[in-house]
Amino acid sequence: MAIVPNPHKTTGVLGWIDDRFPLTKLWKDHLTEYYAPKNFNFWYYFGSLALLVLVNQLLTGIFLTMHYKPDAAQAWDSVEYIMRDVPWGNVIRYLHSTGASAFFIVVFLHMYRGLLYGSYRKPRELIWVFGMLIFFVLMAEAFCGYVLPWGQMSYWGAQVIISLFGAIPKIGPDIVVWVQGDYIPSDATLNRLFSFHVIMLPFILVGLVVAHLIALHEVGSNNPDGVEIKKHKDPVTKIPLDGIGFHPYYTVKDLVGIGVFLMIFLGVVLFAPDGGGYFIEKPNFIPANPLVTPEHITPAWYFGTFYAILRAIPDKLMGVIGMFGAVLILFALPWLDRSPVKSIRYKGPIFKIALALFTVAFVVLCYLGLQPPSPMGTLLSRIGTFIYFAFFILMPWYSAIDKTKPEPERVTG
Amino acid sequence: MSNEGVDAGRRRFLTLTTVAVGGVGTAAAAWPFLASLRPSERAKALGAPITVDISKVEIGQRLTVAWRGKPVWIIRRTPEMLASLPKVDANLRDPNSNESEQPAYAKNEVRALKPEWLVMVGSCTHLGCSPTFRPDHPAPDVDSNWQGGFYCPCHGSKFDLSGRVYSGVPAPTNLVVPPYKYINDTTLTIGEDHQGAA
Repeated sequence: MAIVPNPHKTTGVLGWIDDRFPLTKLWKDHLTEYYAPKNFNFWYYFGSLALLVLVNQLLTGIFLTMHYKPDAAQAWDSVEYIMRDVPWGNVIRYLHSTGASAFFIVVFLHMYRGLLYGSYRKPRELIWVFGMLIFFVLMAEAFCGYVLPWGQMSYWGAQVIISLFGAIPKIGPDIVVWVQGDYIPSDATLNRLFSFHVIMLPFILVGLVVAHLIALHEVGSNNPDGVEIKKHKDPVTKIPLDGIGFHPYYTVKDLVGIGVFLMIFLGVVLFAPDGGGYFIEKPNFIPANPLVTPEHITPAWYFGTFYAILRAIPDKLMGVIGMFGAVLILFALPWLDRSPVKSIRYKGPIFKIALALFTVAFVVLCYLGLQPPSPMGTLLSRIGTFIYFAFFILMPWYSAIDKTKPEPERVTG
Repeated sequence: MSNEGVDAGRRRFLTLTTVAVGGVGTAAAAWPFLASLRPSERAKALGAPITVDISKVEIGQRLTVAWRGKPVWIIRRTPEMLASLPKVDANLRDPNSNESEQPAYAKNEVRALKPEWLVMVGSCTHLGCSPTFRPDHPAPDVDSNWQGGFYCPCHGSKFDLSGRVYSGVPAPTNLVVPPYKYINDTTLTIGEDHQGAA
């Protein structure tokens, strides 16, 4: 179908623009006439909050880049300079470093919402896949950013994460040297991670967020009941009977969510910016020393689960495969769930137990990943790793045989 | 231009050859960018051998020096430490260093030229953290049969006092022994042996 300029027939200055650029059309298609289910609950705040945190990261990042020096000899001092001498520099840096943790909290909850209400099911598979790509790029972005202050955790984190490529048979060690640009993490490594962190990955991230939203607006939002609101439209207006315009209804709702979120977020930024050693770990207040590994080295908290899986497997290559597999298997989720219903509200006891076990395993693994290695921890990590993978690999069977409740025709409450 | 009388075969041939030439050109254009990520000439030049004075190292002590940016340990082992080596053989993955990286003259139980002096790269063969020196024993928090050795704080890999890896830990091989030679009894060169530079 050919594009028809100005379908809403606006006039005046707006009409002049609409004849040349679809301003009114975009506004209506994506805001005032984008009909979202009327029964969104608490879980639906986290999408818009993720967008807010993304904007926070981009803005604070632009200002930090004005003072930071991506040089192994100067990076540490430039971060201290930002903290001590740049007016409001400490607040801008803490908004950025705490923002990274907030990003992961919000994104984990956003993904968990998808898991609860089956938001990844047909026809929303690509929304989920774009979302998973966002998650993947976000992890790379967070890793690169964590290296930049060139503290002890930065250095040894870079050492460990880049060495993961070394587990690839035969060519692994050469790939490590190629990625690092040196035989050890060094100035060359820091400089290229800076380039990835401020240019390449943000570009990809923003592009993927746009694709995620385009895909969402193409098929429409899921809801806590997991039923399609497009099945029941007003015969005259063709508007879904259970749909309400995103603007103003959900923009107002989300503004309240943003208000509450900012109270908590700014409370942490201003009063506990290192998050008790979880948002900025203590060894990262010591400059990088290539000769001494800190005694307690742990990843940032948001990598804890995947790190525990790496540590649970007593083989270098299998450990790395397990760790990446734990992320990659999430991509397959839309095709693993064979339940006739989408939402947890109508799913049967097997799925509920499986999801509960998975939730516990994820949280326990995250905790264990942040503890020093111990025999008990290793045992629990192995059990957790087993549950983590069993949740996905066995899903085609248990979701198919599970006794579900009938879905309602229209959304409830 | 008229669309009549289109030679579909000719158009198809031209499309394919254009795509092929463009593909080759794209690959050729990508090469300089990918190759620019390799270590620079300056980074390569920093790999020269180093000379270390070991005259001040007491028995049981460790000296850490930097070679190619990595920690290299020089440990003067006590007779008890050397006597402990056979006691852990059963716990090791590669007790004879068959799959590990070391010069031929260090492929033995003590993994050294002179048993007293251990010279080793202090980077875990798992993911490159620098293990902690734990000569104290017994240490039930590390292992039930701990006779002293090295413990990696990152992922819990364990090595004995010759840097030989325990089984059941993530590290696949023993710690690496660099090429080295004695210039005299108290001076070492690391990164070069009698067969030449590493």
